[in-house]
Amino acid sequence: MEAASVPKKKTSDRTKSEHKLAWMLCAPAVIAMLLVTAYPILYAFVLSLQRVDLRFPDEGGFVGLGNYVDVLTSSLWWQDVANTLGLTVVSVSIEFVLGMGIALLMHRAIFGRGTIRTSVLIPYGIVTVVAAFSWQFAFQPDTGFVNQLPFVADDMDWFGERFSAFAVITMAEVWKTTPFIALLLLAGLTTIDDGLYEAARVDGANAIQRFYRITLPLMKPAILVALLFRTLDAFRVFDSIFIMTRGSVDTESVSILGYNQLISRLNLGLGSAVSVLIFIAVLGIAFLFVKGFGTAVPGREED
Amino acid sequence: MSDQTTTRDRIFGLFGLVIVVFYALFPVMWIVSLSLKTPATVTVKEGEGFFDILIPTDATTKNYTALFEGGLDGPFLRPLINSLGIALIATVIAIVLASFCAYAIARLDFPGKTAVLAGALAIAMFPPISTVGPLFDMWRTLGLYDTWLGLIIPYLSFSLPLAIYTLVAFFREIPWDLEQAAQVDGATPMQAFRKVIVPLATPGMFTAAILVFIFAWNDFLFAISLTSSDASRTVPAALAFFTGDSQFTQPFGNIAAAAVIVTVPIILFVLIFQRRIVAGLTAGAVKG
Repeated sequence: MEAASVPKKKTSDRTKSEHKLAWMLCAPAVIAMLLVTAYPILYAFVLSLQRVDLRFPDEGGFVGLGNYVDVLTSSLWWQDVANTLGLTVVSVSIEFVLGMGIALLMHRAIFGRGTIRTSVLIPYGIVTVVAAFSWQFAFQPDTGFVNQLPFVADDMDWFGERFSAFAVITMAEVWKTTPFIALLLLAGLTTIDDGLYEAARVDGANAIQRFYRITLPLMKPAILVALLFRTLDAFRVFDSIFIMTRGSVDTESVSILGYNQLISRLNLGLGSAVSVLIFIAVLGIAFLFVKGFGTAVPGREED
Repeated sequence: MSDQTTTRDRIFGLFGLVIVVFYALFPVMWIVSLSLKTPATVTVKEGEGFFDILIPTDATTKNYTALFEGGLDGPFLRPLINSLGIALIATVIAIVLASFCAYAIARLDFPGKTAVLAGALAIAMFPPISTVGPLFDMWRTLGLYDTWLGLIIPYLSFSLPLAIYTLVAFFREIPWDLEQAAQVDGATPMQAFRKVIVPLATPGMFTAAILVFIFAWNDFLFAISLTSSDASRTVPAALAFFTGDSQFTQPFGNIAAAAVIVTVPIILFVLIFQRRIVAGLTAGAVKG
């Protein structure tokens, strides 16, 4: 409005100083974020092209893609990838169904809405390591109560075998993270206009039809965001496995493999190759979601 | 929703409520129960049933007192102080940096705004394990390995995206015109900022702070990778390395007691601030 009467030069000066201020305000946060992500991942790439083993500091040197060949030709890596993907798919699927149930319940709750919300936040807030211990002690034959339940063998050794160990790990992950999905889905549910349901009911649609024809399509953005975040989060699973099995009985995830190479064996070269491969896998998953399902960047200003 | 609620709806609602509360609290009650057991009863005896295991028969606080025996040289007090100090410092710095950035994004127009938001989102998805090796190497060179600062830096950086998204969502809701209105009414710019904007912005900053604190309090991967002693080891890492009387038995009772202690602040946060935490967690997630 006023800008029209002000000489053009002045406006651009003002815009320029606004840009400068904006960047000065953003710079510290941007630098802090890049310092711990962009720089290290570049550094990891450099390390991954060399032989760097802190146990043999004198033997160094450029090995090209040698570390990648070592990783990609090892059966352990592929088994860990399969473990991680399997755990991710199974746990996120269960979480989605359960989370949707809890979201619908919270949405329709007549009383106790605050109580339900407080309850679901507890698993979210609890330290993952603590939750993992709780489940481990519950299933462990010498401390737990699970084996005294009906239909469970008294001497069932849950962590002695791959499949049952994964069942417990999956359960711990599902318990801890379903609330997060439920809250994101609830936020999506509340954006749906109740009038649509009324109209559908008048037209004779039953509850199942209303759910599949109205709720699901209109919640698509919220669903995709929830699934994207949870999938990426599940893919980096580390804490629960570390506490419960440390990767024994073939339950290693890719993050555990990376940790073992980097920190336990101090083989920074090989470990960095694993790190870079995990990074690429995460990029791939995010890319699939964004391109394949059309997830928009959340939080962007509404157009 | 509708005003008329049927008995069926009520029964259904009550049923759901009970299930959800049980779901959320059961593992917590279980670890509390374990923490109150004596070494003699913590292991399952022949013939013990489900409820015999669930409910401690001879409740004791020994597991808790044992944690603090020896004070700072004991197994738990140092890690607890480390956890609190590191999480609090990371939270304060993250909120200050995120507030500047979120203010710029919410109020100012500048090229690269979308880039900052997209970059923050990318970092929220970044796999921490990919940075552990390089940070381990860099921190050893820089002398940050096994120090508070060595953990504060990754915590604050990895929590910045969450803090920025939360704060941007809150800041967009603030009626910034009030600042000018206050100045028209004779307030100095400083007064206008302090008396009008700060009270409006505080709830959002507080919410973001809780989320960042929970993130830092929860971390395990950096805590075991970038520390080697009680000088900076946080509680989750210390728990993983708790040793019992012999190398082969885990000190179940002590681990459970420590677990309960680190869970208490989280449960308090959740009880007091549930509405805000939910608002923060879902901020920005539904607009996409």
